[in-house]
Amino acid sequence: MANKVLMKGNEAIAEAAIIAGCRHYFGYPITPQTEIAAYMSKKMPKIGGTFLQAESEVAAINMVYGVASTGLRVMTSSSSPGISLKGEGLSYLAGADLPALVVNVQRGGPGLGGIQPSQSDYFQATKGGAHGDFHMLVIAPASVQEMAELTVKGFELADKYRMTTMILADGTLGQMMEPVSLDFDVKPMPEKPWAATGTKMQRKHNIINSLYLKPEELERTNFERFERYKTIEENEVMYEEYLMEDAEVCVTAFGIASRVAKNAIDEARKQGVKVGLIRPITLWPFPTKVFEKYADKVKGFISVELSMGQMIEDVRLAVNGKAPVTLCNRSGGMIPSPEQVLESILKVNNGGNK
Amino acid sequence: MVVFDKPNSLCDVPMHYCPGCTHGIVHRLVAEVIDELQIEGKTIGIAPVGCSVMAYDYFNCDMIEAAHGRAPAVATGVKRANPDNIVFTYQGDGDLASIGMAETVHSAARNENITIIFINNAIYGMTGGQMAPTSLPGQVTQTSPYGRDVNACGYPIKVCEMLSQLDGPEYLERVAVNNVKNVKNAKKAIKKAFENQVNKKGFSLVEVISSCPTNWGLTPSDALKWIDEKMIPYYPLGVYKDRSAK
Repeated sequence: MANKVLMKGNEAIAEAAIIAGCRHYFGYPITPQTEIAAYMSKKMPKIGGTFLQAESEVAAINMVYGVASTGLRVMTSSSSPGISLKGEGLSYLAGADLPALVVNVQRGGPGLGGIQPSQSDYFQATKGGAHGDFHMLVIAPASVQEMAELTVKGFELADKYRMTTMILADGTLGQMMEPVSLDFDVKPMPEKPWAATGTKMQRKHNIINSLYLKPEELERTNFERFERYKTIEENEVMYEEYLMEDAEVCVTAFGIASRVAKNAIDEARKQGVKVGLIRPITLWPFPTKVFEKYADKVKGFISVELSMGQMIEDVRLAVNGKAPVTLCNRSGGMIPSPEQVLESILKVNNGGNK
Repeated sequence: MVVFDKPNSLCDVPMHYCPGCTHGIVHRLVAEVIDELQIEGKTIGIAPVGCSVMAYDYFNCDMIEAAHGRAPAVATGVKRANPDNIVFTYQGDGDLASIGMAETVHSAARNENITIIFINNAIYGMTGGQMAPTSLPGQVTQTSPYGRDVNACGYPIKVCEMLSQLDGPEYLERVAVNNVKNVKNAKKAIKKAFENQVNKKGFSLVEVISSCPTNWGLTPSDALKWIDEKMIPYYPLGVYKDRSAK
């Protein structure tokens, strides 16, 4: 690793985006992601980029849609209530097959909720996020280093598959400081012959659009998009296994919850409990196969979440009834403690949930 | 000798507009201006949601279809990405003055160097004739069947007058396309709105008073008369702001 710098997670996302070649940022103030906008407002004017504080989240995502239509790398960031407002734009980006990066530094909900960390936008992020048949690539970092790395990767995947990548972080990851290496090899951007950059009187006009009044045509575009999703499900799944080789209990958690879970697992191991962790890094596509692999081998799964239990539904689908799946959670901005997770691990290990 | 031809900036396809609708005239004026300024190859148009939603099939330049009301935000993104492109939006009254009011006002306040062609026909056409933010007091529509009651629904929004109170915009003019003289003035205004952008002067909006015979329940010729008798008295034609004229 090259030189490391101490950064907040939010700042790491912003700097990584600039390294990835993003020169256009549009946002609207909301806690706890404000550092991203603040960082961009300082940096972008110095490097010939755009920082624009939009009149609303709705306007910001549509400005993103505009830049994405020209083929350039572009991003916006927000937190839960703001992401709901961006839903319209997310659907249009999907319908028009435009690449973009959207960051959600989650806070507790529903409604105005609170400003403390949460993972309760899992459903919204992984099941589409707005109207219509579509998915976003949803990536969940668990450290400041990953906030940076996965932002770069997120731009590359968005371009490769012409879709939105959502970085699904939370208030803790956004605010905490860790050493981070920003030494990345950024892949060159692919050609974008579809982009609206002017015909230069040399080609037929390009049209960026999501309207198909003939249902046969709309169906065709959806079938084609889901074929692309299949490729992504086959090739782009990311997860981490921690101490799973001999595990009899499997904890699963993403983002900040996985950090708490690891503490609890280390403590349980000291007490002789064979427990490991599956940490999904891509939440869509969900790492279903790794859960299938362990479904016959463990006594049970525990989904540790900062929500009322959302990822647990995908875990249950993957495990498909072969082992019990229990929830260990806090909600509304609260974080499960390692002791709470340890208690769940011991309970499952002792067959307490059968 | 060709005495009347299709502008190159218009695609050679049939349009879906109703008989007597003036969208076709305004499309042609915009295309003529793009041709005359020789900017087709670098122009990007943003289509709205409404009757002109399929404008992307009619203009020969690169086109982007925006969400309802968001065209000025999309145009902002395109223009910021490539300031050398000429970027215009084409929007109706529901799109621009109702659901997209925030995007309209703020792009004007920022003096975005874009051109907006705003079709005001006092009604939602595409969805079948509902009350618009610009429907006149007493105007009968599908959703104001007893006439627009200003006590219940409020008053029409005069977009040019309202935006003229902002320091941001460069140029605001209201024109009409209901007779030859007005069409000629409309062309001049649209040309100026594009020239301003070419000359980097900033936000230019032309409000075009247009007809909707289908949803007004009038013949095409009576609809043009209705513009003179009802629309123009409420929405006076003229220049509302022209910074460079000062």
